[in-house]
Amino acid sequence: MADNNTLLQVKDLVIRYETDDGVVEALNGVSIEIHTGKTLGLVGETGAGKTTLAKGVLRLIPSPPGKIVSGEVLYDGKDLLKLSEEEMRKIRGKHISMIFQDPMTSLNPVMTVRDQIMEVILQHNNISKKEAEKRADDMLELVGIPAERGHEYPHQFSGGMKQRVIIAIALACQPKLLIADEPTTALDVTIQAQVLDLIQKLKTRDNTSMLLITHDLGVVAQTCDYVGIVYAGEIVEYGTLREVYKDMRHPYTKGLMASIPNLVENVRRLQTIEGLMPDPTNLPKGCKFSERCKYATDKCREKVPDMVNVGGEHMVRCILANEEK
Amino acid sequence: MNENKKELLRVEGLKKYFNTPGGLLHAVDNVNFSINEGETLGVVGESGCGKSTMGRAILRLHEPTEGKVFFEGHNILEYDKSKMKQLRRDMQIVFQDPFASLNPRLTVSEAIAAPMLIQKMYTKKDRVELQKQVSRLMEMVGLADRLKNSYPHELDGGRRQRIGIARALSLKPKFIVCDEPVSALDVSIQAQILNLMQDLQDELGLTYMFITHNLSVVKHFSDNIVVMYLGQMVEMAPTELLFKNPVHPYTQALLSAIPIPDPDYPMNRILMKGEITSPINPEPGCRFYKRCPYAKDCCKNPNIGLKEVEPGHFVSCERIGDPELKENPNA
Amino acid sequence: MKKDNTKELSSGVKQRSLWQDAWRRFKKNKLAMVGLVFLAVLVVIAIGTIVVDIVTNNYIYENYVIKQNLRGRLEPPSAAHPLGLDEFGRDMLLRMLWAVRSSLFMGVIAILISGVLGGLLGAVAGYYGNKTDNIIMRAMDILLAIPSMLLAIAIVAAFGTSLVNVLLAIGISYIPTFARTVRASIMTVKDQEYVEAARAVGANDATIIFKYIIPNAMAPIIVQTTLGVAGAILSIAGLSFIGMGVQPPTPEWGSMLSSARTYIRDSWHITVIPGLGIMLTILALNVVGDGLRDALDPRLKN
Repeated sequence: MADNNTLLQVKDLVIRYETDDGVVEALNGVSIEIHTGKTLGLVGETGAGKTTLAKGVLRLIPSPPGKIVSGEVLYDGKDLLKLSEEEMRKIRGKHISMIFQDPMTSLNPVMTVRDQIMEVILQHNNISKKEAEKRADDMLELVGIPAERGHEYPHQFSGGMKQRVIIAIALACQPKLLIADEPTTALDVTIQAQVLDLIQKLKTRDNTSMLLITHDLGVVAQTCDYVGIVYAGEIVEYGTLREVYKDMRHPYTKGLMASIPNLVENVRRLQTIEGLMPDPTNLPKGCKFSERCKYATDKCREKVPDMVNVGGEHMVRCILANEEK
Repeated sequence: MNENKKELLRVEGLKKYFNTPGGLLHAVDNVNFSINEGETLGVVGESGCGKSTMGRAILRLHEPTEGKVFFEGHNILEYDKSKMKQLRRDMQIVFQDPFASLNPRLTVSEAIAAPMLIQKMYTKKDRVELQKQVSRLMEMVGLADRLKNSYPHELDGGRRQRIGIARALSLKPKFIVCDEPVSALDVSIQAQILNLMQDLQDELGLTYMFITHNLSVVKHFSDNIVVMYLGQMVEMAPTELLFKNPVHPYTQALLSAIPIPDPDYPMNRILMKGEITSPINPEPGCRFYKRCPYAKDCCKNPNIGLKEVEPGHFVSCERIGDPELKENPNA
Repeated sequence: MKKDNTKELSSGVKQRSLWQDAWRRFKKNKLAMVGLVFLAVLVVIAIGTIVVDIVTNNYIYENYVIKQNLRGRLEPPSAAHPLGLDEFGRDMLLRMLWAVRSSLFMGVIAILISGVLGGLLGAVAGYYGNKTDNIIMRAMDILLAIPSMLLAIAIVAAFGTSLVNVLLAIGISYIPTFARTVRASIMTVKDQEYVEAARAVGANDATIIFKYIIPNAMAPIIVQTTLGVAGAILSIAGLSFIGMGVQPPTPEWGSMLSSARTYIRDSWHITVIPGLGIMLTILALNVVGDGLRDALDPRLKN
């Protein structure tokens, strides 16, 4: 499937955590693809493995207990999993950078924000301190913070401002790929709107690709080109935004969408997905969703269904994908 | 608003200030509203707008600085300790964080039984009766009986929130303050809890005050909505009216910022300038002033208050009626 | 939709309280378990010697533990006396065993005194805050400003050397440490939502403190107690060493060490053995304390 437009391709990535309570099968053969300048949104609930995937791409899985069991992470054709730690460090921040969920804890409280932006710039570019300082100030202005505030410390900023600083750090070296792990979850809606708007603007300017991880189907609809729905460490539905949102095939995707209270229509009762996500140390043998699925048959419980193409780039991991339900 | 319905709770001029090292924090400033029996009042606002403090002030978990709270016609702020303890049976609260709101040392059944023992509805002697009641409550909120002896840390967020609801219900209250009861939960679990709360309301005739930052949840759930900004009420209306015709610039911006899960939905975000200002020693007048695209000098009028713009629809804005203030930019 | 629609998870529902969880983690720490076993042995010895004294009507104590036998003084270890004889010809092994109870029990009692008093003060300060907190904690600061050993010496010097005075002296000198620990841990717990929930159902202060706050604030207090006992034993040994604690001929490690030190060049065993006794006990208590800290820290929970 990979063509010359593909920036990142993850193939069959399997990641496990070995804990006291057993082996947590966090990621079970996930394959994704991100094209240059495009945004892929990964949607799923807590514990689905979204963050593990993001950290896996950057090889930031804490080990032990984490372990990348198998798979490939091809960035520009190179397998990141085969690089040395030294080479990997050059990738992080320069080629691929990451925005974390919690703006309150992802900045160093004892460094000024300008110094924190400069640090990344100096790490990856052979330029003088003066130039780096100038670039840092430019970045601050770019994210809408007056450069004069650069000498302030993170605690002097509000949550939304901190997230802007984090975005400035992430984009300071003009990476080709930005991984954003729930970048707006900790923010209020009006601030979320500002931050999403900013990310979108900068992305277009530099033609950056983005992997956006979120649990909010609304945010995805407003920002992404492609969508992957993650459930229990697997992608269960994948396609362009339109394909997935306008023609949902997987019962989990449908359930997820139906359980959000709708602003446009009025429903008296919400639909729910019954039950809970399976225990990742003890996953069902067949389809991971079979325990909660209304349509599940014995066949579903036997083996993990393959991804089925249902037209275009739209793939669904369900044996009933091509049937009308 | 609706004359034939019985009013259960009325709040008049409620204020709650905190003394902080930086000055006087106006967490809740001059709030007025009422809730009818069996209805739900949604309270919406962003972090720091005082919505949680207001919920706690009404229950006197934080003693209000000023104002009156009438419950079934009596001003409960005048109640003494023993009368207040009696009243706690009628007014309960469900908390936001199901991880922090349960005592980690108590099992599920102990947690649910605790309020009934504290209120002496049962004594240690009627253990059998008490256990029966606990089982009934667990069934009511959809908890399997086998979880009775589990500890909260062994359960997921959805089940914990069910325990929190069962605990609130155990005293057979009439009124429940729900402080962001679903915002810590995943969407599919959130829907389960919302449905449960709705069923309980229908069945037991409960009255809710539903505090949340999530506008879609509040729309789904409430009969009337109060929008708050930095301790002030900016708009109050029946749910339908508020969503159809938001008048206050803040409400408009808030509604426009919700991401709709539909790629074809035309996004028309009103991006507000700046960030929430501080509620410490606020300047007189509208607190939205600094971020409001329509702000003018008249907005600094210290006697700002709610005005009725259509039946049941109240707005606190000095510029109502000004043609510059668009009707509804998203309509 | 009134039933629990949650289908049974194959793992089943575990029912372990936080204490059971902590014990499970503690068991994994080998060093801490060795320390715990060592302490258990000490407790058995201490109780055992008391039982022996009662059964034999102090016969062994009077005739072997404290009775001098100058003919065999400073005899090195042998088959008959595995740890040798001391400067007055008494059996070192017996004296070591009989000394356990004073160190251990006095240490525990001293810490109980400071734990109860300090704990109460700290709890009141932490729960009520504001002025109460200020008054109590400033008083604790004053107490803390005096080195604890010096304070103990002063108390014993003023009121005379007696068992009760020594216990009180050490107990009082540890009060501020406990007050601080308890206050800090109460303050973190008291703002939890479940405490507010208890208040919302009309619980009174006593119920809230004893049922909701204290059980959840116990972890650091337990660790502090373990480490405190170690400190108290050391203090008792120290006081005895300078002659202000347990008086001879009652066997006590500190005083044994003190009277033996003149003979250290010729008969090393009578100094080293009580020294080792003190050292190992303190080490065991510290190792157990660290183990408890790790086991009780929910952040390390996996």
